Amino acid sequence: MFDALKKKETYRKYFKSLKFAFYCMTHPLDGFWDLTHEKRGTYAAATTILVLGVFVRILKLKYTSFVFLSVYWEDLNILMYVASIVFPLMLWVVGNWATTTLFDGKGRLGQVYMGTCYALLPYTVIQIPVMIASNFVTIEEGQFISVLDVISLVYCALLIVAAMGQIHEFSLAKNLVFTVFSLAAVMIMIFLLLLFFSMISQGVAYFVSIGRELLFRM
Amino acid sequence: MKRKFTWLCLLLATVVSVSAVPAVKANAQENNYSYIYDYWGDVQNCPTPYYVSRVLTYKELGLEKNLKNPESIYVHGNELYLCDTGNNRILVYEVDEKHNFKLIKEITKVKGVEPAELNAPADVAVSEDGDIFIADKGNARVLKVDRNLNYIHHFEKPEDQTLDEQVVFQPSRLVIDTAERLYCTSTGINKGLIKYEEDGTFSGFIGATPVSYNFMDYLFKKFATQEQRARMVSFVPTEYANIYMDPKGFIYALPDKIQDEDLDSEKIQAIRKLNMLGNDILVRNGEYPVYGDLYWGNAAGISGASIFTDVTVLDNEVYICLDRNRCRLFGYDDQGKLVFVMGGNGNIDGYFRQPTSIEHMGQELFVLDNKDNAITLFTPTEFGSLVYRAMDQFDAGLYDESKASWEQVMKLDGSYTLAYIGIGRALLRQENYKEAMKYFEVKYDAVNYSKAFQQYRKEWISENIGWIIAVILVLFLVPFGIGRYKKIKHEIATADIFKR
Repeated sequence: MFDALKKKETYRKYFKSLKFAFYCMTHPLDGFWDLTHEKRGTYAAATTILVLGVFVRILKLKYTSFVFLSVYWEDLNILMYVASIVFPLMLWVVGNWATTTLFDGKGRLGQVYMGTCYALLPYTVIQIPVMIASNFVTIEEGQFISVLDVISLVYCALLIVAAMGQIHEFSLAKNLVFTVFSLAAVMIMIFLLLLFFSMISQGVAYFVSIGRELLFRM
Repeated sequence: MKRKFTWLCLLLATVVSVSAVPAVKANAQENNYSYIYDYWGDVQNCPTPYYVSRVLTYKELGLEKNLKNPESIYVHGNELYLCDTGNNRILVYEVDEKHNFKLIKEITKVKGVEPAELNAPADVAVSEDGDIFIADKGNARVLKVDRNLNYIHHFEKPEDQTLDEQVVFQPSRLVIDTAERLYCTSTGINKGLIKYEEDGTFSGFIGATPVSYNFMDYLFKKFATQEQRARMVSFVPTEYANIYMDPKGFIYALPDKIQDEDLDSEKIQAIRKLNMLGNDILVRNGEYPVYGDLYWGNAAGISGASIFTDVTVLDNEVYICLDRNRCRLFGYDDQGKLVFVMGGNGNIDGYFRQPTSIEHMGQELFVLDNKDNAITLFTPTEFGSLVYRAMDQFDAGLYDESKASWEQVMKLDGSYTLAYIGIGRALLRQENYKEAMKYFEVKYDAVNYSKAFQQYRKEWISENIGWIIAVILVLFLVPFGIGRYKKIKHEIATADIFKR
């Protein structure tokens, strides 16, 4: 496995696939088609983009001017924070794959993951300059900051939808329907997880209370 | 076996007590006597701005009979008027600088009108000329008498078509403006403040609170039967619990019986500052709304929002609201930022059981407690007077002095929000923008920070304009030049003349 890391070819492919993300960003339909069908994307590059996005989000907390984003550091748990970004994305990936695969979706789980990650590039690209610029503007000029903030998120969302359409070879209408279905699947999964964990904790609490009772009576 | 059981019990008891200690500690922190809320809404303890210099019950006030349900106090010059409502009398004291109270007058009846005896006087106000206005609640009238208690005229229930005839006029709180126009509240009249002209004629209602209802209630009411509707709460403006006229002629009015939800959604404000037209012009630039405590959860049997019963406005426009619910005093500055919170429910000096009225004489505060039948006199501590001095100096344009005062405040309380903002604002006036930015940033004051930053940026650009232009030129000219060079080279290389 590690032999591949020694080859120059691996790195060339990695950087080429990373660069391809920019093409996907500007030419979503064409780009996301080629991403899987022409095998121009790699998992390494996809994960890199995801990690970059999360990293930028964390950097933002510290380096955005307090005028636009003030952080209550006492309550911030960085692991929970990262999880709160990555976990919904992973739910989306699984939810999307689970629904589309039942209805002629051509994409595999890995491809859905790759497409979703590639679609997150605008966030990094837009947020870094916004973060730096926020330190040089006043609160009245802050409208630009908030508009760009929204744009970066909407751009990502549109790219994700476009990516799913191309990966699964769906028509526009079918794609939109399955976007809604995937979101519903995400909701159901969250519901089931909540149910599962609350059941588990109740179960544990039951045995703990039995143990406690035994201790009292000894 | 038995012994083992005892040991277990002991062990369990220790575990329980150890785990209980931090909880108690956390609670104690919440219940400290004086505090402020920081940017995040966390309670930050601060030094007490006032100490109790005297507590006066009927003995200290030189009376034979205990006070009975006293409703309000009023300060005019160095005279303190105390409405001993339950005993149908008004007591007038002269207060000297050493906080000695001298009874100079006891008003139980007036001359020249029938009935002459006062019946449950609820509030009193005194004009510049010394004429006394008395809200004679039990007799359904407001009396105007001169300083020798000779009847001048009186104000009656307003004659207004929209007013229910069944409603009994019960004037409870009143203020007068410099032209001796009278504004008063009356139990059961919710159309705003009742305004009378100087000659005693009713001239209208001003400043009714906006009506609040939620959509579901509205919808429900649409489909309800007549009987159901009668039993439901009607959508009407709330009455005012108390009013105060500040030295500039604005009326601070406190709406009564506000629902917590309305307060939370800011449909109704806990305190309104009314101009001549009855519009609310209170400045609310604070981090949190001007409604007292931020946390309304149940603690020691008390829950719900703060209920303001009275307010007094100091000369430096700091207004101090009296909370009947948790028996606290809330001081806000002219920007609506919290200056201090102090007090609590209890029997110790400085705590109250049912505070009803607050007044000030200079910077000293008088608080009347309805259940304790006592007046508490608060005098500013070093901390309190430093804060006020710093504010006064800033308002007078003495920015250096103000900064020095705020720095002294900071020595007493290193996390006091207004001190940082005060120093920042003084630095801003001194055009020391970079330093000012630092102070504002510590307390997350984005608006002032932006002001300072804008000036700082302007300065920085004008200082470095040469460099900025140079960098821009280099950034644009160099690629342009290179492109140009390549193009010419290309043209030369492909030119026809050189092709033989």
